[in-house]
Amino acid sequence: MAANIPTNSQVQGGIGAAVPHTGHDEHHDEHDHHDQHWLFKYVFSQDHKVIAKQFLITGIFWAILGGTLSSLFRLQLGWPESTMEWLTPFLGKWIEAGKLNPEFYLALVTMHGTIMVFFVLTAGLSGTFSNFLIPLQVGARDMASGFMNMLSYWFFFLSSVIMFTSLFLETGPASAGWTIYPPLSALPQAIPGSGMGMTLWLVSMALFIVSQLLGGVNYITTVINLRTRGMSMSKLPLTIWAFFLTAILGLLSFPVLFSAALLLIFDRSFGTSFFLSDIYIAGQALPNVGGSPILFQHLFWFLGHPEVYIVIMPAMGMVSEILATNSRKPIFGYRAMIGSLMGISLLSFVVWAHHMFITGMNPFLGSVFMFLTLIIAVPSAVKTFNWLATLWRGNIRFTTAMMFSIGFVSLFISGGLTGIILGNAALDIQMHNTYFVVAHFHLVMGSSAFFGLFAGVYHWFPKMFGRMMDEKLGYIHFWLTFLGVYLVFLPMHYVGIAGFPRRYYAWTGFDTFSQFADLNKFISVAAILAFFAQFVFIINFFYSIFRGRRATENPWNSTTLEWTTPVVPGHGNWPGAIPAVYRWPYDYSKPGAEQDFIPQNVPYSQTQSSNLPYEREME
Amino acid sequence: MIALGIFLLLLLLVVFGLLFRIQILTSIFSGSSTREIGTSNRVNAILMLVFLVLGGAWFAYSFADNFGKMNPPIASVHGHEMERLFWITMIIIGIVFVLTQVLLFFYSYKYQHQEGRRAFFFSHNNKIEIIWTIIPAIVMAGLVFAGWKEWTKITGPAPKDSVVLEVMGKQFNWLVRYPGRDLKLGVVNYRLIDATNEFGFDLNDKSGLDDFVAGEIHVPKGHPVLLKIRSRDVLHAVYMPHFRVQMYAVPGMPTKFWFTPTVTTDEMRAKLGNPKFNYELACNQICGRGHFAMKLNIVVDEPDDYVAWVAAQKSFSEQNPDVLAKLKQKSGDVVEKEVVPAATAAVGAQLNPAL
Repeated sequence: MAANIPTNSQVQGGIGAAVPHTGHDEHHDEHDHHDQHWLFKYVFSQDHKVIAKQFLITGIFWAILGGTLSSLFRLQLGWPESTMEWLTPFLGKWIEAGKLNPEFYLALVTMHGTIMVFFVLTAGLSGTFSNFLIPLQVGARDMASGFMNMLSYWFFFLSSVIMFTSLFLETGPASAGWTIYPPLSALPQAIPGSGMGMTLWLVSMALFIVSQLLGGVNYITTVINLRTRGMSMSKLPLTIWAFFLTAILGLLSFPVLFSAALLLIFDRSFGTSFFLSDIYIAGQALPNVGGSPILFQHLFWFLGHPEVYIVIMPAMGMVSEILATNSRKPIFGYRAMIGSLMGISLLSFVVWAHHMFITGMNPFLGSVFMFLTLIIAVPSAVKTFNWLATLWRGNIRFTTAMMFSIGFVSLFISGGLTGIILGNAALDIQMHNTYFVVAHFHLVMGSSAFFGLFAGVYHWFPKMFGRMMDEKLGYIHFWLTFLGVYLVFLPMHYVGIAGFPRRYYAWTGFDTFSQFADLNKFISVAAILAFFAQFVFIINFFYSIFRGRRATENPWNSTTLEWTTPVVPGHGNWPGAIPAVYRWPYDYSKPGAEQDFIPQNVPYSQTQSSNLPYEREME
Repeated sequence: MIALGIFLLLLLLVVFGLLFRIQILTSIFSGSSTREIGTSNRVNAILMLVFLVLGGAWFAYSFADNFGKMNPPIASVHGHEMERLFWITMIIIGIVFVLTQVLLFFYSYKYQHQEGRRAFFFSHNNKIEIIWTIIPAIVMAGLVFAGWKEWTKITGPAPKDSVVLEVMGKQFNWLVRYPGRDLKLGVVNYRLIDATNEFGFDLNDKSGLDDFVAGEIHVPKGHPVLLKIRSRDVLHAVYMPHFRVQMYAVPGMPTKFWFTPTVTTDEMRAKLGNPKFNYELACNQICGRGHFAMKLNIVVDEPDDYVAWVAAQKSFSEQNPDVLAKLKQKSGDVVEKEVVPAATAAVGAQLNPAL
């Protein structure tokens, strides 16, 4: 591959349009081999690659915890009559006379949701790969501001510590559901988790939002300003487009959650009535009048809906990249893929109230949001068809990353389609807050995003750690997880169609919800097995960091810039000059080319045999 | 017990680790670790196909197997239309589901790596992309239109002659109030709530004197019913799966939902062959410790039985003269008629204007 990397003189000769960081290059050459104190190299590092790994490993920690919580409440849902005495050593007083405390059950579902949505799939996914890939794929030495990037991680870390601490409070962690709707979340009289637990939740989320904004500003600036020479926006890999748009979504929507959290803090602590009105609780009429709990929902979902795209879009980007690489084919409809990402980003801001059809909101608003919501199915459909067309007549290599990408597409279809039902206001009357919703979003954003995350880790592991993950273990991990996910979430739709409400500690009190005890047991078994299958990944991951097979520079024969760096890129990413870019990132199996891939940094003059007519002018 | 569990887990890990080492050593020995694309590629391609066939078969079987248990029997007019729209949409998305999943796994199998073959360089095709953008757009437009029609009908204003009742959520049960003979719900004030006056009746308002509270919901068959929904503490949601009714109960913001029940409780018991069957109202918005147990029974009566049931009720003021007295003292007003029974004539007339 080294032969393809343009020489220094080529790069230097082309100073012109987009080389704002040439001076920066020289500066880096001087400092490249500086010995850093380990504390600044591994802990308070400003290197985007180290920060990415910090996000990843923190994310893995949170994912294990989030999964454990879900196993606990699946135990309760699968075997509502059984004793849980054996969990006393772990849960202590939350086991009362052999039974799980119902308030702690609500704390479990709340923390599971919070952890998975924010700490794993937002910070762990986007934080890891935006950090790792943006500078490497656009051809930059590092993020625009390494210091802010470091702060971004440490704010996340601080937020993590606070959220983790809240799990051990005597009154329990936040328990009002991950959507923390007031008044339940505002009144400690309503549920003990709304005391100190909720306070810590809000403080933690405020810090989390700061972390997201610091990261987002950096991602956007880096993509706009630090692209290498020749890397126009229309030559960016789809991963970068996805991270870029994700960062914009986050930047525009997280502040709204911040405002919601702030107003809630005011209501809780300073006697305001933004969300409270006409409340009589615990034998007392509260003085608050005139607030609206529905206002909170508007603010929450104004973030909350873009949030699900913040979770899924990075996965979409990585999957597009991995599908193309391993099908050895260009991604089908590159421009349509960018267009649909933009369409999704735009629409994601005007669909939030589809979470609120039956809150008593004006039905006319419901009609508007139903219309906008169902439009968003169109760009999603386009993406799916384009992924299928990318596989068509490919030459597919089933790397573990590829398996997870195919799994992603499958889960995205399965979960996305039921969104057409839930986005329909008339049908949502029956389905709202049932297990149908739970099954829908666990497939389309939960599992899919997880599959994107796994695909990304397996694919870019060699660049992160210079070693390969074990493929066989990867296959085992994939098949167990893939089967597990479907065995859990397909039957969950049946339970949902039957109207089983979510966040129920037990359904045994209702005759209406008595028919699926066996199925719930089945779902619980599948969920717990699928959770344990993740340890195959954890073992593989940590084992391979230290003992994996050594990687080569470009193990997947891929075209993007990160594969032109050394096996383990150092600080500054490229030892010499940053390569320039001449072509789009998907020249796979181009007719007439020697190999079945042409990296982005190979000029057209070197590939005369494969240039298309319009490319000849650029030779 | 726990020690044994941990020991077994550790043992399992050790065995697993050993197997893993052996696998790596054999793959190095056989040379497959250096081969770029080995037999596992073929195995995985076949597994993709196997997954499609067996997985699809399992899904079809389990869906059919559970289908009977999936649908709560319908007992309202709009419920039938919603159900139809639901299953039409399910069929449409089912077709797309099958088509795309089959293509996904079939392509994965069919286009698995083969030595010497090169993938087809196919970067885009505007015509086909326009087609597959427009088709989903048209289907979506149809579904939006059908849904919008249904939605406006369901959420439109309730008929003027609807039977009105109020459902109020509180931690952790439901309270029900009927307007009595004047067909008007009296004024309430949350500051007046206490252990006896759970609704916060302000009995200075005369239209509240004949209101009565009930331990369960009774509604007449074949007549529109308007639920006025309130909450007095946190969010709750009135969820009545058999009637396809759901609406949040919001403190400080009354909501409503109207529907027309079509099957009486007795008819449904006979139909299902289950003499213990009851329509149930569940809370469907997380509200605290007792969320999962916030249940209320709903009884659908023949209109005559409903009128008779109303006749048997005693108004709140009648049952709680002390509340009335206390309120009177407070306001200094003299309420002329101290106690107003919940009379039936008006209710009967409402159900059957011919009476």
